[in-house]
Amino acid sequence: METAVKIKNLTIVLGGRFKALKNVSIDLPAGKMVGVIGPSGAGKTTLIRGIVGRLHINSGTIAVFNQPAGSPQLRQQMSYMTQELSVYPDLTVTENLRYFAIMTRQPRKQIKATVLKVLEAVDMTDKASNLVSSLSGGEKQRVSLAIALIGSPKLLVLDEPTVGLDPVLRENLWELFAHLADQGHSLIITSHSMDEAERCDDLVLIRNGRIIAHSSPLELRQRTGTQTVEQSFLKLVGAKI
Amino acid sequence: MSARQTFATAGRVMSQLRHDPRTLALLFLIPPILITILKYVFQGEKSTFDHIAPLLLGIFPMIMMFLITSIVTLRERTSGTLDRLMTMPIAKLDFILGYAIAFSLLGFLQAVVTGFVMLGLLHVTVLGGAVSTIVGAVFASFLGTSLGLFISAFAKSEFQAVQFMPAFLFPQILTCGLFIARSQMAKPLQWFADIMPLTYSVDAMKRVTMNSTWTSLLTRDLIIVGAFGIAALILGSATIRRQE
Repeated sequence: METAVKIKNLTIVLGGRFKALKNVSIDLPAGKMVGVIGPSGAGKTTLIRGIVGRLHINSGTIAVFNQPAGSPQLRQQMSYMTQELSVYPDLTVTENLRYFAIMTRQPRKQIKATVLKVLEAVDMTDKASNLVSSLSGGEKQRVSLAIALIGSPKLLVLDEPTVGLDPVLRENLWELFAHLADQGHSLIITSHSMDEAERCDDLVLIRNGRIIAHSSPLELRQRTGTQTVEQSFLKLVGAKI
Repeated sequence: MSARQTFATAGRVMSQLRHDPRTLALLFLIPPILITILKYVFQGEKSTFDHIAPLLLGIFPMIMMFLITSIVTLRERTSGTLDRLMTMPIAKLDFILGYAIAFSLLGFLQAVVTGFVMLGLLHVTVLGGAVSTIVGAVFASFLGTSLGLFISAFAKSEFQAVQFMPAFLFPQILTCGLFIARSQMAKPLQWFADIMPLTYSVDAMKRVTMNSTWTSLLTRDLIIVGAFGIAALILGSATIRRQE
């Protein structure tokens, strides 16, 4: 199986003191939906920010498509949806998308089509000319996701993309993610919702900066002899305390 | 470096302001109103007013642009948009230059409006004429913009950013020769003033007021102001980190 991300003996220290990740080694497959789950403060966002190249690595390595994380060449092959909304509230939805389309170097002639395409993907076409500040929380979230879809990057790194969305929308987005994976895109998605995790092809469970499990949801349930990922997680955590 | 991305960033910043008419109104109304008030403060001393008003045109744009850019870039740092941009194929200098272009353009418009009120409505006598006056004010706003971009890197919150204005600009305003000739100040303050950019911005406006022709000293002052601005932009782009 092809790997999208290869991490070896990774340690990341935040703010000079806090060891957010402790000697983590893991390979994440390409062309799949990989879920990174764990409680708040477990190190999910740190792992993700390491993968997109935004963090200084204290020791170990992260390779994305066989290039060190943060390499300039990677910037055109992946997208990053941060946990904060990271959209401009004082611009319209279209103005936001157009701007980020230029920032990701989409060909001039394709910008209009690209914007329409991602608007449709997140079902925001009818709000395209609204100011982002006038949108609801869930709508803002979708604009932020739409930016990550621009240019259909090989790797999409999404930090809590479905948090705060209503169930119907969440369902639609997970279908969209599955569809993207079917088309060969690699997705890395963090979530602290365990029921969402069931939908991933591959799961990484993090706790206290360490990876406590890495397998498909099915294997995980079988191995722990439980019915749901949530129960598996609790069992694993219980076993390790 | 990509001109397309630089100008897209400048355009984006302009669009953000376009959607915020109140900020734009404040930007264009405050300096003319303050200068008008000053005229009536110095009602009995027109010559003093004639002397001070143009100098303020070297200071106001700088203060306002400094405040606005430091807040707006701080917002960019804290809202996650800069975080996202730094994973994209855009050069840091393109980002900074985009801001510099947008706010310098705004500074130009502000200078035109304020200059018009000062020269056309309040009949301030400036020997150097309208064009030199506006050129001087544009340099001042460029300086304010680039210093604001740079300083915002050291602020963790809007509270801090706002206070950098009195902390960083007021000492310069006090010592730039606006209140008293610099040669009358204590020596250490003279040395301080000599290395501060606002001094040269105010000196430039003084020269515009007092000379009917463009002097080489005016050119020198403007070059110094411009150089400070460019240096602040380069330092500002160095404060943006791809990796934290």
